[in-house]
Amino acid sequence: MTGELLLRARDLVKQFPVAGTAGLFRPARLFTAVGGVSFDLHAGETLALVGESGSGKSTTARLAARLLDVTSGTVELAGQDVTTRKGKDLAAVRRTVQVVFQDPFSSLNPRHTVERIVTAPLLYQKRDIPGGSREFTRTLLDRVGLNPDWLNRYPAQFSGGQAQRIGIARALAVGPRVLVCDEAVSALDVSVQAQIINLLRDLQAEEGFGCLFIAHDLAVVRQIATSVAVMTAGRVVEAGDRDTVFGDPQHEYTRRLLAAVPRIRPEWEAARRAKAAAR
Amino acid sequence: MSLLRVNDLTVKFGDVTVVDGLGFELPKGGSLGIVGESGSGKSMTSLAVMGLLPKGALCTGEISFDGIDLNTLSERRMREIRGDRIAMIFQDPLSSLNPYYTVGTQIAEAYRSHRSGVSRRAARQVAIEAMERVHIKEAGRRVDDYPHQFSGGMRQRVMIAMALSTEPELIIADEPTTALDVTVQAQILDLLAEVRRDTGAALIMITHDLAVVSEVADTVVVMRYGDVVETGSTEQIFSDPRHPYTQALLDAVPRIDDEIGDLRTLGGGS
Repeated sequence: MTGELLLRARDLVKQFPVAGTAGLFRPARLFTAVGGVSFDLHAGETLALVGESGSGKSTTARLAARLLDVTSGTVELAGQDVTTRKGKDLAAVRRTVQVVFQDPFSSLNPRHTVERIVTAPLLYQKRDIPGGSREFTRTLLDRVGLNPDWLNRYPAQFSGGQAQRIGIARALAVGPRVLVCDEAVSALDVSVQAQIINLLRDLQAEEGFGCLFIAHDLAVVRQIATSVAVMTAGRVVEAGDRDTVFGDPQHEYTRRLLAAVPRIRPEWEAARRAKAAAR
Repeated sequence: MSLLRVNDLTVKFGDVTVVDGLGFELPKGGSLGIVGESGSGKSMTSLAVMGLLPKGALCTGEISFDGIDLNTLSERRMREIRGDRIAMIFQDPLSSLNPYYTVGTQIAEAYRSHRSGVSRRAARQVAIEAMERVHIKEAGRRVDDYPHQFSGGMRQRVMIAMALSTEPELIIADEPTTALDVTVQAQILDLLAEVRRDTGAALIMITHDLAVVSEVADTVVVMRYGDVVETGSTEQIFSDPRHPYTQALLDAVPRIDDEIGDLRTLGGGS
């Protein structure tokens, strides 16, 4: 991946106060969720942050997307230091970075139509909607594989996979350079998951955005990532391009993680493929 | 004779059929995997076997456990079997454990409710032994801990300990590792295999995860929209799936050791 450097994170640290440990004259004890994480994300690249629960992968993504303030470290977007941007100055960040969340239903307003949901980021940023709201929505829905005539429907009228497509359409509305997918396919059935992974890959090929992909499922990561950073206990223990990390893992933790993934027996897989090819 | 025989099992909510004419057999000590996506009826099937269907469900057909038809059994007699000869493990151990009681009390009381005349002291000893069997370290001390003092994987061990305390002939596990990290999942699957080896308990594993089922089950039932799509030995289902849906489902699974390409998807919109 030699695309333009879009996102540069250096020594990201995030500490949270532990509830109930603060006294009148004593500060709360601090829990370090992210303990010094650095990475680069280029255009056209999909960098997966993988790890188990509590590894700090989601917190790292939120720091990079400026949804959370860092305790220390820097976030640069397309060459600009945005680490300490606040309020109105964050608008440019929101134009550049968009997030797709795990649960499509809880991240879509149930009382708003698809048109209102998808155009909300542009309205919020007080930007003109190219071609008018309706046409714009129709084009977006078409791009994420939904029927353009569904723009007046409400989230409850969609299946989980369709709702996640709406979440992706909303993220794409502002033409982001960086797409953060926070466990975006984890809640979906396997057949739907495959469709959404393919959609994200197709969209990336068209748009050339950089993708920060947060996931606990190593098999999914293997399918979508170009590079991988393995996290545990708030730190990156191993990072590199996908085939190196999966094919020749160096760190003991990466090896343990890969070994734990359940697998279908290779001889069954081979037999099934041979039969499928003969059909 | 088979331990469990399910024949023409149908579950309806009003006009909606969520399980339609399901049938399978499970021999003593065998393991059966029920796989399917959301809405396939796999969890409703397990609830039907345990007599735990929600109100308003109409359940017909035969559920024969060791010659007893569970579907026509009174709730009182069902309660004698459930949690004793048939044990259950659910996805979320935290919501299955009472936060106000120590895990030892909960294992012991579950045991005592099926073994009248057992003293609290003896039941506590059973709880400690069950916790040792699932490799909870310092079981004699941890027996007095509360659920929140255990991690997710350790809580699932507590649930398995509780399920094992009565030495059940059948364990029904509904997505028992879905909420767990992958390294913890591997430990829990190993543990389930170990206790089945030791006790000879049969297992019904309900899951959406095809790779998990391929490691655990002897026989697999594939469900979709309440129908059985295909039943077969695990080897046949995974090496020679006959039904197009099973084939498509297997194609769609992302694999850790696979070449990279477009994932094959199932027809129809998502």
